[in-house]
Amino acid sequence: MVAPATLRVVRCGGSSLHGARAVFSADSKYLLCASGDFVKMYSVATEETLRLMGGHADLVTGIQLNPRNHMQLYSSSLDGSIKLWDFMDGIPIKTFTVGSKLLALYALASSEDSVFVVIPKSGERDTFQLVSVKLTKAAGQDLEARELSVVLDGVDASPKHIAFGREGEYVASVKEVNLQVYFFKQKQLNRFSVSTTKTKSGNNHFTCIACHPTEDCIATGHADGKIRLWRNFCHKKEYTFSTLHWHHDTVMDLAFSMEGTRLLSGGVESVLVLWHNESDRQKDFLPRLGSAIEYISMSSDGALCCTLHTDNRITIINSNLRFCKSIQGLIKSTDVKTGLVVDPRTKALVLNGEPGHLQFYCLQSDQQLFSLDIVQRQYIHQAGLNQADLVKVAFSAQGKWLATVEEREEVSDPELQLKLWFYDEETQSFKLNTRINMPHEDHITDMCFRDMDELEDDSLILVTSGRDCVFKVWVMVEDTDPEAQQRVSWSCDFVGSYHNYQATNCCFSEDGSLLAVSFEETVTVWDSVTWDLKCTFCHPPGKIRNICFGRLTCSKYLIGATDYGFLCCWNLLSCALEWSAHLNVLVLQPDPLSEHIAAISWLSKESSLFVFKPNEPRPIYIQRNLCKEKIQLAAFVPRDEPEVIGSEKYLWLRRSQLFFLTDTQELMTLSTKSLEERLTPSSKQLAVEESLPVTPFSLLLGKHRRQQSQEGTDLRKLVVHNKHEQDSPAVKELLHTPAHVLPSASFLCPIFINSLLISKENKSAEEVADEVEMESEKTDDDSDEERDVTEMEQEDTSPVELLGEMTCKLSKAQEKELRKIRKMDYSWISAF
Amino acid sequence: MATYKPVVVQAFPKLGERITQDTVYWRGYKTPVQIKEFGAVNKIDFSPVPPYNYAVTASSRIHIYGRYSQEPIKTFSRFKDAAYCATYRDDGNLLVAGSEEGSIRLFDVSGKAPLRQFNGHTKAVHVVGFLSDKYRIFSGGDDYSSSLWDIPSATEIVSYSEHTDYVRCGCASKVNADVFVTGSYDHTVKLFDARTKSSVLTIEHGQPVESVLLFPSGGLLVSAGGRYVKVWDVLKGGQLLVSLKNHHKTVTCLCLNSSGQRLLSGSLDRHVKIYSTTSYKVVHSFNYATSILSLALSVSTLEIFLGKEDFCVSKPVKRVLRKYDKLLKSFQSSKALDAVLEPPIRLYTPEVTVAVMQELHRRGTLRSALAGRDEKQINLLLTFVARRVIEPRFTPVLVTVADMITDIYQPVVGQSAIVDRQFLRLQEAIGKEIDYQEELLEVLGMMDTLFATFTKKRATYLEENKSNGLTETIEMNINN
Repeated sequence: MVAPATLRVVRCGGSSLHGARAVFSADSKYLLCASGDFVKMYSVATEETLRLMGGHADLVTGIQLNPRNHMQLYSSSLDGSIKLWDFMDGIPIKTFTVGSKLLALYALASSEDSVFVVIPKSGERDTFQLVSVKLTKAAGQDLEARELSVVLDGVDASPKHIAFGREGEYVASVKEVNLQVYFFKQKQLNRFSVSTTKTKSGNNHFTCIACHPTEDCIATGHADGKIRLWRNFCHKKEYTFSTLHWHHDTVMDLAFSMEGTRLLSGGVESVLVLWHNESDRQKDFLPRLGSAIEYISMSSDGALCCTLHTDNRITIINSNLRFCKSIQGLIKSTDVKTGLVVDPRTKALVLNGEPGHLQFYCLQSDQQLFSLDIVQRQYIHQAGLNQADLVKVAFSAQGKWLATVEEREEVSDPELQLKLWFYDEETQSFKLNTRINMPHEDHITDMCFRDMDELEDDSLILVTSGRDCVFKVWVMVEDTDPEAQQRVSWSCDFVGSYHNYQATNCCFSEDGSLLAVSFEETVTVWDSVTWDLKCTFCHPPGKIRNICFGRLTCSKYLIGATDYGFLCCWNLLSCALEWSAHLNVLVLQPDPLSEHIAAISWLSKESSLFVFKPNEPRPIYIQRNLCKEKIQLAAFVPRDEPEVIGSEKYLWLRRSQLFFLTDTQELMTLSTKSLEERLTPSSKQLAVEESLPVTPFSLLLGKHRRQQSQEGTDLRKLVVHNKHEQDSPAVKELLHTPAHVLPSASFLCPIFINSLLISKENKSAEEVADEVEMESEKTDDDSDEERDVTEMEQEDTSPVELLGEMTCKLSKAQEKELRKIRKMDYSWISAF
Repeated sequence: MATYKPVVVQAFPKLGERITQDTVYWRGYKTPVQIKEFGAVNKIDFSPVPPYNYAVTASSRIHIYGRYSQEPIKTFSRFKDAAYCATYRDDGNLLVAGSEEGSIRLFDVSGKAPLRQFNGHTKAVHVVGFLSDKYRIFSGGDDYSSSLWDIPSATEIVSYSEHTDYVRCGCASKVNADVFVTGSYDHTVKLFDARTKSSVLTIEHGQPVESVLLFPSGGLLVSAGGRYVKVWDVLKGGQLLVSLKNHHKTVTCLCLNSSGQRLLSGSLDRHVKIYSTTSYKVVHSFNYATSILSLALSVSTLEIFLGKEDFCVSKPVKRVLRKYDKLLKSFQSSKALDAVLEPPIRLYTPEVTVAVMQELHRRGTLRSALAGRDEKQINLLLTFVARRVIEPRFTPVLVTVADMITDIYQPVVGQSAIVDRQFLRLQEAIGKEIDYQEELLEVLGMMDTLFATFTKKRATYLEENKSNGLTETIEMNINN
């Protein structure tokens, strides 16, 4: 029943989280966040993504809770619409179409039926105005909201540049060196400006603004790291300001605590600073948060605060400035130099994460599995520093070995390190085995392991190619000394070069017998046993950009893509060019499980995908206009089980799935399924009771009540469908009872196992017993027939497997009775 | 949220030195505790029973220290003059000590006053010990005699006057309750049997014997004197097995580990060497700030060495953040650089200094850390750079540092004679290195031509015998 669906490009992660400040739900249990075109809802307690609300056609630029209903959320988007959501159920309630691009959204409790948005001023470029939009109360889902009234002119586009003060009495906006405050009641507009100064660290432009919740006080952040606190700004002349200075770089965001006694600030240093009582003396720090802080938001009860970072991570911090939780999807690094690599062990996508780290990203759960520290040096968050970063990564076939290259750009000579990591089964993580300083004299351009699944460890070979015109072969050397710490280490075995050309790519054939190394315009093929040069291929003009071998039935072909837009296929047997095509290929990615090769090209400002088999010059599948951005990286990720795909055209997607990363670091994939099928919300049932505040009392009572209700539901369930393993109450009880009230595991184990076995084991055991005792009890069968029937109906519904203890507690007599009931012939009932 | 990562100090493999289990094990011992004593410590002995307290004999006192505290648990100070060689009995209950005035005193570890006093030696007694039957004591004195005493009656059983110089060391056999050995400054080690009237074996060591040790099996005897440690086979009548010469000053003390597989020797040259008793090769060595007079190794992993005036306890310790790391953590670059330019780090672990310099360079603060220094500090920096810049592992970093220093301090050249001299030395060092490199390149070029002519000759030679198929294949291989 597979419909011939069309192939769609689906965003599956990594969309930028920093369109707007994150918003805590009223009870601080959920965190709402704008993520690309979607609004994501996370559970604060479990860090899970609970809901993905999609509907906007462009980036979401602002989200705000509805001030009059805390279960509703407004969101604005660049597509010119404001949507009202019920986020608990994930349903869009209303859509208001405004018409022009919306760049920021503010909602106020005091202003009835209207929200404030920032829109571009019509007719002028790069000027924006703050307008209030009247949201009509008419019925219907899609509404027009054309009633706009301009509040402030000449504001900045960033949502951080406008803030509403003290119960919506005034609005303050900053742009460059100017601050303007507009009082709604007095209809008075005050303008202030700071004199422009330029220092080494930057100018003193305003970067963000926050208003005190109870007092007339505005805090502004500046690009030179200063925070100014403005007071008395209702007078045009007699205003005052004081300065707080700790940040050495731009202040990215500011937030007041709910009482206004504390001010939080964050910046490029990735340190969250807590200022007490607006004084310079008392401050606390939370350092090393990982990357620059983009937004800070507070929960309404003041117990939590969360920081959004530039690398798409959300950190939740509690009120006494302790790190609490971290929500991280695909971490955005400044430059994905490693490419997309698939970890053969976890099937996770591996790429650059935090600076100097390798992130293992789980595609199924959109979560980071773990982050491996490769560089192992303290990263200094400061602009303009030249720090070591990871540039290449390669896994051996089974994921037992990991090779990484890190380099630090230096004017004179780069600092290079090749590290080989061994997967330690005990600790379940990679352990550094060998470190090689300066493996090449210049940048390493490519690196690959000999991919041979069935062979022993000692055949493992690593090849690196460098811009110093050589490629090097690294092999494992066994240490003969029994007292040595490590059994094996790596060392260089062979250095090959070709006419002093820079080596650009290297690749092993599927069986590992041949190594292809490209030297600028030439591809050389080497025997991997004797390291003899076998043959060379050349297809001028243009340097070789990518090479790969064909697989399975096409293993006699070598594919290469050149700079000047040629895709060539050479036959290794005849050593001749089989075919070539004119195509500007950026990415050439072979599927590890089939013959298919995906080539992504960049043609007339759009990316296109071509899937072909090397033995045929005609592509199997073409998808034009894959996305507007350049695609630099792609990877085939093997599926756990082959997918059923109806259409012949998409058969190449059966064994593995193609993922690709755009320039803006959004991870996309191709899918035949519709959106609804793909997004199976992890938890449809957001129980209402979950939103109750947790107090010690409720914990005490709630536990009791929950147990009761659980028992109730268990009983009901049993009646409905008798013996279903998944719904086994013992399992349920195990999973749903809080861990601290559960008895010891040894006690629960037999119950659990019993609950799993019950459906078959019980019957068969009893049947055997029945046969044994058949004769002995045959006599009194007939007499109690009538009474037994009614009893049976009760007994059958009684939860035999509900609680293990219950089965244990059944007395001998009861058991006998049960058995008696079972072996009775009830066929006569049907006769009635 | 990540924790602070300390500076990575690049480790370079040292040629010839291999990391063995021994080095890993012994490297775990650090010297965190130093306890001062009055006067030289002449003996240290571990109680053989838990909690493994140890008795330290120094000057006129015997201190007993516990395992953890650095304050003595107990002190025996009933000596008029110096006390010597406080030794525990096997059961850890009794302690015997010799003294300068010639008397030997026996203490109960739990008591205060001596239980017994043995008088008989006319001069100082430097060595005492229990025989393995626990009821007798042997002693050796400066009156050249070695005696045997009965504990219950406090009387002398027998006295041997065979040595011709001071008796300064001794040891009782663990397998035979009647056998003990003494070593003397007359260059001999004598083996006595309490059942006979005279010594049963005399071993000529060659130097004044400072320490003597019997293996637990009783078959091997180790003696130390002068710069030598010698191992003798007693059962073969005192045949020399090995003579070890690993110290460059007098070896003062010997010690075996509990399993008998490692032998430790301490010397006045401030080193402790650890030998494997199977191969008699040095597996590890420690160096200390002062000469080592005595050493002991406890059954558990606690170890003690003695210096002249103080002694230090070495035990495995946990790593903490180093001073320079703490300073770097708080972004105090100048102070961090100061910290790694302190003498011990600068002299003994220049790689740490260089690693911190590299880290500062990475952070972009190296220039400001180097700037604003006075004459003395510049002198120090330049000395370091001039000395280390030619080492290939430090060259890349130190060249940058030297560049920066010359940049920063260009205006002040000519104002201080010391700094000017250092600049000249730096120039000289670099000039010399360049000359070396040029010479090396010349040699390399010469060798290349030599190799080239050599292979050519071989090839022509082989071409002449084309009939030989085998040589042809060889030639092929060579050319490839």
